[in-house]
Amino acid sequence: MTSLAEPKKWERLLWPLVVLTVFLALWHYSVMLTATKVFPSPLAVLKGIGELARKGLLWRYTGDSLRRVGLGFGAAAVLGIPIGLTLGWYPAANQVVNPVLQMLRPISPIAWIPLAIILFGVGETTPVFLIFLAAFFPVVVACISSVSSVPAIYRRAGRNFGLTPVQLLRNVVFPAALPQIITGLRIALGIAWVVVVAAEMIAVDSGLGYLVIDARNSGKRYDLVVAAMLLIGLIGLALDLLFRRLKTLRSVRWGFRDES
Amino acid sequence: MPSASWMRILKGSGNWPKGPSGLLTKLRPLVFIAVLLVLWQTAASRQTVHVLPTPLETLAGMMDLARQGLLLKYAVASLFRVTWGFISAALLAIPIGLTIGWYRRAEMAINPLIQILRPISPLAWIPIAILWFGVGDIAAIFLIFITCFFPLLLAAINAVQGIPAVYLNAGRNFGLSPAAIIYRVLYPAVMPQLITGLRITLGVAWLVVVAAEMIAVSSGLGFLIIDARNAGNRYDLVVAGMVVIGVIGLLLDLLMRSLAGVKSLRWGVVTED
Amino acid sequence: MAFQRDGKITPVLNDLSLEVAQGEFLCIVGPSGCGKSTLLSAMAGFLSPSSGEIRIDGQVVTGPDPRRIFVFQERGVFPWLTVEGNIEFGLFALARAERQRRIAHYITMVGLAGFEKAYPSELSGGMKQRLEVARALAVNPDMLLLDEPFGALDSITRLTMRRELLRIWEAEGNTVVFVTHDIEEAVQLADRVVVLSDRPAKIQQIVKIDIPHPRDISSARYLELRNGIFEQLGLAHAI
Repeated sequence: MTSLAEPKKWERLLWPLVVLTVFLALWHYSVMLTATKVFPSPLAVLKGIGELARKGLLWRYTGDSLRRVGLGFGAAAVLGIPIGLTLGWYPAANQVVNPVLQMLRPISPIAWIPLAIILFGVGETTPVFLIFLAAFFPVVVACISSVSSVPAIYRRAGRNFGLTPVQLLRNVVFPAALPQIITGLRIALGIAWVVVVAAEMIAVDSGLGYLVIDARNSGKRYDLVVAAMLLIGLIGLALDLLFRRLKTLRSVRWGFRDES
Repeated sequence: MPSASWMRILKGSGNWPKGPSGLLTKLRPLVFIAVLLVLWQTAASRQTVHVLPTPLETLAGMMDLARQGLLLKYAVASLFRVTWGFISAALLAIPIGLTIGWYRRAEMAINPLIQILRPISPLAWIPIAILWFGVGDIAAIFLIFITCFFPLLLAAINAVQGIPAVYLNAGRNFGLSPAAIIYRVLYPAVMPQLITGLRITLGVAWLVVVAAEMIAVSSGLGFLIIDARNAGNRYDLVVAGMVVIGVIGLLLDLLMRSLAGVKSLRWGVVTED
Repeated sequence: MAFQRDGKITPVLNDLSLEVAQGEFLCIVGPSGCGKSTLLSAMAGFLSPSSGEIRIDGQVVTGPDPRRIFVFQERGVFPWLTVEGNIEFGLFALARAERQRRIAHYITMVGLAGFEKAYPSELSGGMKQRLEVARALAVNPDMLLLDEPFGALDSITRLTMRRELLRIWEAEGNTVVFVTHDIEEAVQLADRVVVLSDRPAKIQQIVKIDIPHPRDISSARYLELRNGIFEQLGLAHAI
């Protein structure tokens, strides 16, 4: 905003590279200077990733984590979108259900763990359930607000042209609400990814989250700990970018035009 | 000439409640909650193995904790950690974020790094936190700090980038010095968005403190949940703990929303959920 | 003067030479997108010309200055300040007593008395526009630059606001440069009307409006001048 001249295209690559290089250098040198035996240097982390890849753990754990996210997030979307849209469409229903939503929402998925273990035991279902819980509320909330923010004039135009309520929902409200729904899904996916790691730390024995805890507990392999963290970060970023690509689809691009 | 207050009422900007009013409507959500409680009670009393506690047992559990003074002690411990982590993150992230948002190149440069660090669950930082700070309060506060830092940083960056150019141009037009522009235009203009960001981040911090406590310390509501289960399967206390967590989380959110309702800040707060 | 957007360079204004006399009311009209707002922003110092220069009182314009206040459309008022707060905005260099005096004077002048403590969100579009004008006037600028200030208002309010603006101009005596796409508005208000062509804009015509205020908008001379501009722009005046 304030700036000096308009930055050139190539600067988009240059400055981040500068910052990343500086960051890596600082990391590397502080590890050397403090001569710490435990905290890994960037190179050690890289080697750690190589080791994981060789042992086949890299793909297996990543796959496990992604699978759990897929299931939990998928369930949250499949259930949450219709519920959210309905609540948004019928303000009366929203008024009834909303207080319950507001009370359940602040309860951390982690706090649900003991309950989840009671209900599902230790195993695959528990993390998926936790992810579902974590993603469900953002999806519902986004859908509710997406419907209520469809301008009344669109609905009126639809009725003016003689659409039935079902047609109205399908041909007017849903497309109009879609951009916001997608944004809600993207945010929920981000949350799901954060929670899967947490869920894996506590309730299962595979996956990137498990790796973080396990690497430390069995042998203080901090190089693997940081390697796992890095992978978590990169995959989370990739998921987010993937979702942002969705926004360029022609049928929803109109809703994102104001965003940078 | 009609007085100001009359004009305001005529324009309809007074606080007339909209939508159906009436006692019945207000009661509807309560009825819904009651229905859920009944379902819970029936489901719990039907089980063969008595694991899930009934609502009444949960209430008794809460009274139990309150009597032992643990409820207050643990709640305070959790709130203490959240407060410290949250405030230190805010004090660092907001000025840095505002600065980064101001200079386009700075934002370009830092953004990829933030985007990689951001999706890393705060809990994944636990081994590092314990390595650096040992098991204890500081590690938990550090985790809260990490949780809050990135979202607040991004909120500040977005807030600055979203300031309409007219405001800044007007500031320059009237001959304000750069420092004056910052505290007379920039700062008020970003306030609403910052407050929304603070509110959402506080909510997330509250979620994480519970998790952090389950793993890293020996007091607090998160610890209560794990401990109650481990030391004797006291699921009534577990669920009681969950309820208290939910209630405090809700109260924190309402507190932040009322802050946003202060008149001079309210101009920009969009009612969202 | 060129303007960059989406990576394409578009020449906006080409070869413009204009002189503005002190104390006059000048209107710039032209079709949408012809660059009149760009010209105004350049005069205010927010943009700099890619070639040539702009001089005010003999000095080259290098940036925004409180002697030339730009009035945006109503969205330029600061929503976090009250009416008083907004008017006071540019007066930071003055003593308290003088500040109070000016606030009171200009609130009354634009007709917002009674709304001192109101926030812009409580005001209508026309009132916000008046607030913005009051804020601009409070610093007693030499020039007022208005960019389609009445564009967002309904036509009845627009008529009222035009009268107000003229009244204020006659009382204050600043130089006013007013950009609009509304030809009627220009002929009603201005001493001279500068007609710009489509982008890249050139000055097509400068029309001197020699009718004294208050102007009768059904007088023959008014219609003659107005129709002249319509024809210049290739517009019919029979619908």
